[in-house]
Amino acid sequence: MTATTQGRVAPGNLAETVFRIACASAATLLLAALAGVIVSLAIGGWPVLSTFGFGFLTSSEWNPVTDVYGAAGPIVGTLITAFLALILALPLALGVSLFLVEFCPPALARPVAVAVELLAGIPSIVYGMWGLFVFAPWFAAHVQVPLLLAAGDDTWWGKLVQGVPNGANIFTASVILAIMILPYMSSVFRELFLTVPATLREAAYGLGCTPFETARSVLIPYVRRSMIGVVMLGLGRALGETMAVTFIIGNAHGFPHSMFDSGSTLASTIANEFAEATGALHGAALMALGLVLFCITFGVLAIARLLIGEKAA
Amino acid sequence: MSKSASRLSAAQSPRARRRRIVSGVFAGACVLATLVALAALALILWELVARGVPALSLDLFTVDQPAPGSLGGLRNAIVGSIEMCALGMVIALVVGVLAGTWLAEYGRKGRLATVVRFFNDVLLAAPSILVGLFVYEIMVAPFGGFSGYAGAVALAFLATPIVVRTTEDMLSLQPDALREAGMALGAGRGFVIRTVIWRAAGPGILTGGLLALARISGETAPLLFTSLGNQFLAANPSDPMASLPTTIFQFALSAFPDWQQLAWAGALLIALAVLLANIAGRLIGSRRHRP
Amino acid sequence: MNRRMILALGAVAMVSGLSGCGGKSGAANALNGAGATFPAPVYAKWAETYRSAKSVAVNYQAIGSGGGIKQIEAKTVDFGASDKPLKPEELEKNGLYQFPTVIGGVVPVINLPGIKPGQVRLTGQALADIFQGKVKTWNDPEIASLNAGVALPKLPITVVHRSDGSGTSFMFTSYLASQSAGWKSAVGASDTVNWPTGLGGKGNDGVSAFVQQTVGAIGYVEYAYAKQNGATYALLRNQAGNYPAPTADAFAAAAAGADWSKAPGNYIMLIDQPGQDTWPISGATFILMHKQPKDAARAKAVLAFFDWAYTSGDDTAKKLDYVPLPDSVKAMVRQQWQTSIVANGKPVYTRRPSKP
Repeated sequence: MTATTQGRVAPGNLAETVFRIACASAATLLLAALAGVIVSLAIGGWPVLSTFGFGFLTSSEWNPVTDVYGAAGPIVGTLITAFLALILALPLALGVSLFLVEFCPPALARPVAVAVELLAGIPSIVYGMWGLFVFAPWFAAHVQVPLLLAAGDDTWWGKLVQGVPNGANIFTASVILAIMILPYMSSVFRELFLTVPATLREAAYGLGCTPFETARSVLIPYVRRSMIGVVMLGLGRALGETMAVTFIIGNAHGFPHSMFDSGSTLASTIANEFAEATGALHGAALMALGLVLFCITFGVLAIARLLIGEKAA
Repeated sequence: MSKSASRLSAAQSPRARRRRIVSGVFAGACVLATLVALAALALILWELVARGVPALSLDLFTVDQPAPGSLGGLRNAIVGSIEMCALGMVIALVVGVLAGTWLAEYGRKGRLATVVRFFNDVLLAAPSILVGLFVYEIMVAPFGGFSGYAGAVALAFLATPIVVRTTEDMLSLQPDALREAGMALGAGRGFVIRTVIWRAAGPGILTGGLLALARISGETAPLLFTSLGNQFLAANPSDPMASLPTTIFQFALSAFPDWQQLAWAGALLIALAVLLANIAGRLIGSRRHRP
Repeated sequence: MNRRMILALGAVAMVSGLSGCGGKSGAANALNGAGATFPAPVYAKWAETYRSAKSVAVNYQAIGSGGGIKQIEAKTVDFGASDKPLKPEELEKNGLYQFPTVIGGVVPVINLPGIKPGQVRLTGQALADIFQGKVKTWNDPEIASLNAGVALPKLPITVVHRSDGSGTSFMFTSYLASQSAGWKSAVGASDTVNWPTGLGGKGNDGVSAFVQQTVGAIGYVEYAYAKQNGATYALLRNQAGNYPAPTADAFAAAAAGADWSKAPGNYIMLIDQPGQDTWPISGATFILMHKQPKDAARAKAVLAFFDWAYTSGDDTAKKLDYVPLPDSVKAMVRQQWQTSIVANGKPVYTRRPSKP
């Protein structure tokens, strides 16, 4: 940015002032919107936070009958599913974006890119129902049961794959989440790789690098900081996703004991119970879950910001 | 990289063979990843088509949603979705483009801009059900009624951050030379932004708008407590209003096969609309955005 | 361009301003109700028929019983609906009145190889022990003793419950609490409880899918859902010691056996009612209205709709597997309308003597 573009608005130029104020107030409106959401959650959740204090975060007891609430189960479930989804989606997204940038015939690139992005436009409830009726039974029959049969109860991985073989567990929920965040991550990765100066790539190939070496030594390092930010944003989406997870995670409060055990997430608990919450503290507890979710999102994004730096914003 | 060895001998050495194999495996992995993504899409689309197509007919667009056992379509939901999405997008585009412009042109690297940018990203990740509850608190409860307007505002909440982000990104891509050239001709800063920068960034912003539209067209949770839903056609957004996602949600979880089939048809309609919007956005966006 | 921008801003301001006028008033030919999911199909069907007959559109949206209670309290709808009756003191506190519309029931569904619908018999206590995780396999003596002659496999039991808060869970857990002291003290009855074991499916759909996909599973769904899907149900022992099939007649028997006149505020649950053929997990679903409505014309229109439904809606209800109220209960409710919902000291709705 240069000094000239920083030029002041000429006094008396009404249109200039109005425009500038309009832009600034739109930005302020954004701040106000988020502040409003958070304040309303804090007010709504206050009765529970003041009743249980810090214990709300560490207790895993969730009992609407006795009005005792602890968020530890959903917090753990949220973090596990989101990170697992990320671990699954990251290599896929890298693969897809590198395929589109490095290997794909130009004629195919656009249709493939549109197809992958179409995954982002499928309503969440469809993912949920597909997961429930198609993916979960398949997964149970072809992955879960063989694993259960192969594993002894006492081996560490036997413990990891324990659970009711019906495909409703935190792992399948993570798979569905991974499919949902994949299009977002892969298309932004692709955009990033396309910003790598052509001279750099050509230089690498000129030195005799294979595509793998080019990607590893040139493409990925060039955009690494921005990539981490994108990953964190994908994580943010995975943390807040509601409907699809609700269908398939099994919705058990408390901690999951294995990869194939049922669990719950913050968003799924809110969606499940809000409509019927009539108990004294029940509604407030759900609001408090929302606040916790916001705090987690905040934390994740703050880390993303630190890693991504202001440059890529 | 081997500097001394000639290309020919390098190609025949075991190390070169290993590099070729690694690269081949890598290419295979990339293709495999793409195939996995496409397979997921194909499987989900197949489910949508197989279950939704039998319910596709003209009635879908001309008749309101039925009670179980009656014949009907989804006209009220389609009209409601279009009205609320359009209204929501108008709000999102006005607020989002202005806010994005402020970030890119006025705020830039200032502290306030950093804060706004961060909050915008938080909003981008906000669970939609919480947004719906907030709009309920500010628009439905105080005024004593569910309305299409409230639904549109809730959708705008979800679309705006996407528009802000793409607007800022697209404006930042425009070279400062453009701005300086405009101002050298004696035009004001805002005038240059509106007449030159916006025009140059237009296709990119439009792409962002379409992405935002794709996001909100499938949202159920924020509408449950704002627009409520309506069994009948309501063209006036001050009444409770139907929308495709809420109707799909209700029908899909019901016991009645005719309702379930309509739900799949509705989901197929949303996916098709998003596909069309995406293709249109790409066609428009590619004219300038892609070098 | 600038002027256009200001115009656009103006439009936004107008939109937000207009929404303020979104509150409803005047015309009582478009009514809004919200609440319980369970009766939504039958209300939708009634509304469809009523609209073509009387040109009044009654828009009912299923947002859950809790939502229905909250929305009628907040006066954002003309009537609320709940599967869970409010206690008289809760009604009093918010100036509300409730009346029942139709009856439904909850049916345990199972997935056991070689077992046909109605072949497995259970008691409330056994069901509670299963859902509490005390009985873990199908050949457990507690189940086997009730099922002499049935080849029960040695399969682990997988419990499936509703994950979303629901009136169905409320009825089911109320029944378990009434049958098992252990369940009552350890878990209790509510629309969402702290389930001791098992996994949760979203909606009847989710529960039914998980049961079908898991050999050895047991869950519970609404009667209409079990019937439409031909699910394998288990039988339950009623107060008389019989094991009736879950049919409309068995639910109607529960309503007929109950003493409605002794239920203040119509707070009544049809759990484990007396009678030879009574299905033990039955329940009515309720409409909630303000005793002194803000808008008498709209309240009148709502009552006119339900009066019409009482008169002409029974066949529709039966076709969708709901059970109509006994005539005596309908007469009692109609009588209550005269005194319970008033504006300016006069009944809001007076039934015309001739058939409407």
